[in-house]
Amino acid sequence: MNRTLGALDTHREDILRGMRDGAPAALGTVPYGLVLGIAAVSIGLTLPQATGLAAFVFAGLASLTMVDLLGGGASIAVAIAAALIVNFRFTMYSASIAPHLEELGRVWRWTLPFFLVGPVYAIALNAYERGRADHHGWYFLGVAIPSWTVWVVGTVVGVVVGAGVPESLQLGFAVPLIFIAIIVRFLEDVPTVLAAVAGGGGAVAVVDLPFNLGLLVGTAVGILVGFAAQAVRG
Amino acid sequence: MTDYGSLVIWMAIAVVAVGTWVFRTVFVVLFGLLDDVPQRVHRILALIPAAVIAAIVAPDLFLREGALAVGIDNEQLLAGIVAFVVAWYTENMFVTIVVGMGTLWTLLFIV
Repeated sequence: MNRTLGALDTHREDILRGMRDGAPAALGTVPYGLVLGIAAVSIGLTLPQATGLAAFVFAGLASLTMVDLLGGGASIAVAIAAALIVNFRFTMYSASIAPHLEELGRVWRWTLPFFLVGPVYAIALNAYERGRADHHGWYFLGVAIPSWTVWVVGTVVGVVVGAGVPESLQLGFAVPLIFIAIIVRFLEDVPTVLAAVAGGGGAVAVVDLPFNLGLLVGTAVGILVGFAAQAVRG
Repeated sequence: MTDYGSLVIWMAIAVVAVGTWVFRTVFVVLFGLLDDVPQRVHRILALIPAAVIAAIVAPDLFLREGALAVGIDNEQLLAGIVAFVVAWYTENMFVTIVVGMGTLWTLLFIV
């Protein structure tokens, strides 16, 4: 067997092993994608727009944030800012996984991090730290493929299904429910709880600000209060 | 309903997509410039999701047509509280959605 074929065989093995490790995480994106699709169609986004949002941003929380805010009449600038603030946490993942992707070529390093969403990050990091994946880009790609595919398909199904559901069922309420399901994961200690209470309270208190700016004010208040709590507790 | 046109929506998707990709890529590409994120910065970054998600969801639950509504006639708030308790103990998104929607429908159509 010549060298190229041997290398292709290894790539295939790496990508398949990644897909096996990544498959369970893909299941977790199903309710998320469905809800995004349902919510997107209910605020008037088209199927291509909803699919594009899911496929190109590949971040559930930020996508739902945009849809929720636009549906509530927020200005586009506030919706964009909120989505970017929500996604700023990915810089942590980026820094944390960077040493493991160091030896990959330029193309890999510029493209692979696109898939750096929570579960993919956790699975790949775990494999790298056990020395199982040999730092191959193909393995990472394999881990990401099931989640990305199921997420996009779930969104499409959500759009199709959502278009036929009567308004009175209030399926859009699934969006705040997802936010509730997610926020508990970030409530790790007293400062994060205080940040949430202050953030929510602040946003409600200044809700009359134009363009949904109250969201950004509330977020800032929450971060400041959490920061102060961290400082007091050392 | 959003009144923004198709072009504006697509531009917003593009901006968020590129910005998100930059956040995810920055340290992988610049590796070596920054040895490790200081613990202090980690802890501050950990505050952001809690603060921003609460700021998004609280108005959805506590307000009705712009006015504070914390009575038992606010079905969304009650269902949200039930969902929060379920989320806290199960950490399961699917169960949280099912129980939350079930509670809302019960309050809206049965009670």
